[in-house]
Amino acid sequence: MPESEALHAEHRLEYPYSRSVGPVIGAFLTGLRDGKLLGVEGAGGSIIVPPTEYDPTTGDDTGELVEVGPGGTVESWAWVSDPLPKHPRQTPFAWALIRLDGADTALLHVVDAGGPDRLATGDRVTVRFRPAAERIGAMADIEAFVPEGRGGGAS
Amino acid sequence: MAEETTTDGRGPVTTLATPIRLDFDFTPGIAQSKFLRGLERGIFMGQRCGTCGKVYVPSRGSCPTDGVPTTEDVELANVGTVTTYCVVNVPFAGQSIEIPYICAQVLLDGANLSFMGLLQEVPTDQIRMGMRVEAVWVEPDQLTPSLASVKYFRPNGEPDADYKTYKEYL
Repeated sequence: MPESEALHAEHRLEYPYSRSVGPVIGAFLTGLRDGKLLGVEGAGGSIIVPPTEYDPTTGDDTGELVEVGPGGTVESWAWVSDPLPKHPRQTPFAWALIRLDGADTALLHVVDAGGPDRLATGDRVTVRFRPAAERIGAMADIEAFVPEGRGGGAS
Repeated sequence: MAEETTTDGRGPVTTLATPIRLDFDFTPGIAQSKFLRGLERGIFMGQRCGTCGKVYVPSRGSCPTDGVPTTEDVELANVGTVTTYCVVNVPFAGQSIEIPYICAQVLLDGANLSFMGLLQEVPTDQIRMGMRVEAVWVEPDQLTPSLASVKYFRPNGEPDADYKTYKEYL
């Protein structure tokens, strides 16, 4: 039998995990569903985004949730010219660390910039949420960040 | 902690679905492809070792004892002997067969390796080692290169096999 006659099959192995998110990340995800970006007050008054239950440097309980954004500054980014099927977008995009206005830490998310020559560290971006009816309380409720002045906001 | 307010009355988010998925391509290789192509034709295909003469079904393409390629294709009988079995009474997630059912190791006539099959058309208290069984296949237009082509094995009415004929395969 020629090698070309060897059989071939596509398989999928899948586990439908769900995890409980706790009070702080739960509030953050609820905020996303509501079209809001929330951070939390950490030690010394710094604002952590996404919020955590404990301050990452001191281990102390974090404090009040505060709204941040919707604008922010790109701190670092990498261009994805050939998105993979599991990526959040199927057209070229940037993964970016975005420090939202009012926050002291950066959030990793997608920037829909149009091309790598149209994005630079330090650029101003703003959030673009999915339509309210499609939001479920997950990171993907943020469709992307977009350069300021190019159609952000809650659609 | 800020007060919990939601705009749409769905209540706060407490869980997150995080499915884990692995998509992969599988090729069984040339030897096992022959076995699977056989199933597509409603027959069991094995391979014989040219050194020790043992017939493996399904064949992995080499003899695990002698370490040589198995190149001779052998068509096996549709009948065999139950060497050992297990009556499944325990339900589990994803179960597709109504319990109780019997998983049997079947040694096909002419083979030197048994494989596992579903045994039906026999009450669970009447199954026994040495029982002679035959394969029941799906309808011809339903045959695929998959073990799903074998619906199950069932007793074929022959007298039980002598223990000596299968004791080597337990």
